[in-house]
Amino acid sequence: MSGTQVIAAPARTSSVAMIRTLGLVATVCGILLVLTYENTLEAINANKRIALERAVFKVIPGAATMKSFYATPAGLVPGEGPMPEGAMKFYAAYDGQGGLKGLAAEAGAMGYADMVRVLYGYDPATETVNGYGVVSHRETPGIGDKIIFDQAFLKNFKALDVRLNPGKTGLVNPVVVVKHGTKQRGWEIDAIAGATVTSRAVAKGINDSAQKLLPLLVPHLEQLQAGG
Amino acid sequence: MAIPGQQELTQLENFMEGIWKQNPVFVMLLGLCPALAVTVSAVNALAMGAATTFVLLGSTLLVSLMRNFVPKEVRIATYIVIIATFVTIVDYLIAAISLELYEALGAFIQLIVVNCMILGRAEAHASRNAPIRALTNALGMGLGFTIGLFALGSVREILGSGTLFGVSLFGPDFQPWVVMVLPPGGFFVLGAWLLVFNWWRNRTPAATGTLKPAEGHSHG
Repeated sequence: MSGTQVIAAPARTSSVAMIRTLGLVATVCGILLVLTYENTLEAINANKRIALERAVFKVIPGAATMKSFYATPAGLVPGEGPMPEGAMKFYAAYDGQGGLKGLAAEAGAMGYADMVRVLYGYDPATETVNGYGVVSHRETPGIGDKIIFDQAFLKNFKALDVRLNPGKTGLVNPVVVVKHGTKQRGWEIDAIAGATVTSRAVAKGINDSAQKLLPLLVPHLEQLQAGG
Repeated sequence: MAIPGQQELTQLENFMEGIWKQNPVFVMLLGLCPALAVTVSAVNALAMGAATTFVLLGSTLLVSLMRNFVPKEVRIATYIVIIATFVTIVDYLIAAISLELYEALGAFIQLIVVNCMILGRAEAHASRNAPIRALTNALGMGLGFTIGLFALGSVREILGSGTLFGVSLFGPDFQPWVVMVLPPGGFFVLGAWLLVFNWWRNRTPAATGTLKPAEGHSHG
């Protein structure tokens, strides 16, 4: 704006000079990026592991250690490396003596604003969902975010019925949302008044995940009880 | 290299530019997208300000060092590559420091790359000044931006959640003014701050110093 153009304009800049400059800048930047990536990778992975452990231990009280697995149609494999086709990831938590405390898996469905992702705990002995925690959401503060702390809503996940049908192909009763205050049966989730869409997302997420995961997982429970 | 027709600023004036006379948030109104979006809490605001300052300092240094070698035809491309590099670095660093913070800031860390304040500084200042001067100015701008974000974030957190830095201020009976942590609240608070800021600048002509329009009608 003020004064004349400072960079004196020579007749024409040769293409070589431009390519050289951009090449040099790109190289320097590339080196900076690789260095940063290499040096932060360990800390980032450790952070992710800690965050995941904390989340899993929250939905499975009493757990001391955890392992991750992929449930595939061919059986259970350790949850490392890329996920095989058609597999579902889940976590098995053990107490100090190595006894199986419970299983946990992530579930997600579209909420009011974005994906609502939750982690739920599954108790193989009672065939119920007995733990629940929100992983991430972008729901309206003061309305949709009640799924995190609303006591009446959290009570839904003390013993949510997710029994498998005799053929072990799906749930006997799909998990469904009912209007606030009308929950009567074990597989129903009592919605939060005013946050039906978000409540429905939680239920749909858990239902979709359990319908797919439990048939793959339940036949191999003994393997998990033996410590994986 | 001073801009012809303009007095050479002292280092202090150069530093204070961004904090007061050309504050990115309150005077230049630059980078408003993150300023409105992430300032739902004081911690978010400070983290975003720090991340932006880091990108600003890093890109300013490189741009200033290379200012005599970059042909003007490719300068914008060069600046963008440099800025994008530092944004990616800060992205990794924040994820390494705290995942919670990383998730709270979300896509807005990556979006620092399109913060026009940073490209503006590269083009208007860093590419015409030696590294020390450019860095001083960038630090001032970064701090000014951080102060601006903090002014928004602290007010929105106090009114919208009844807390400051997560510490409850008003006890359990406080009914949070939820709209303040929603997008409209960002506009309300920014508008209120601009009102206060402009009123203050017009009330104290001494502080406005050599601002362009100040000579004309500061007493008018």
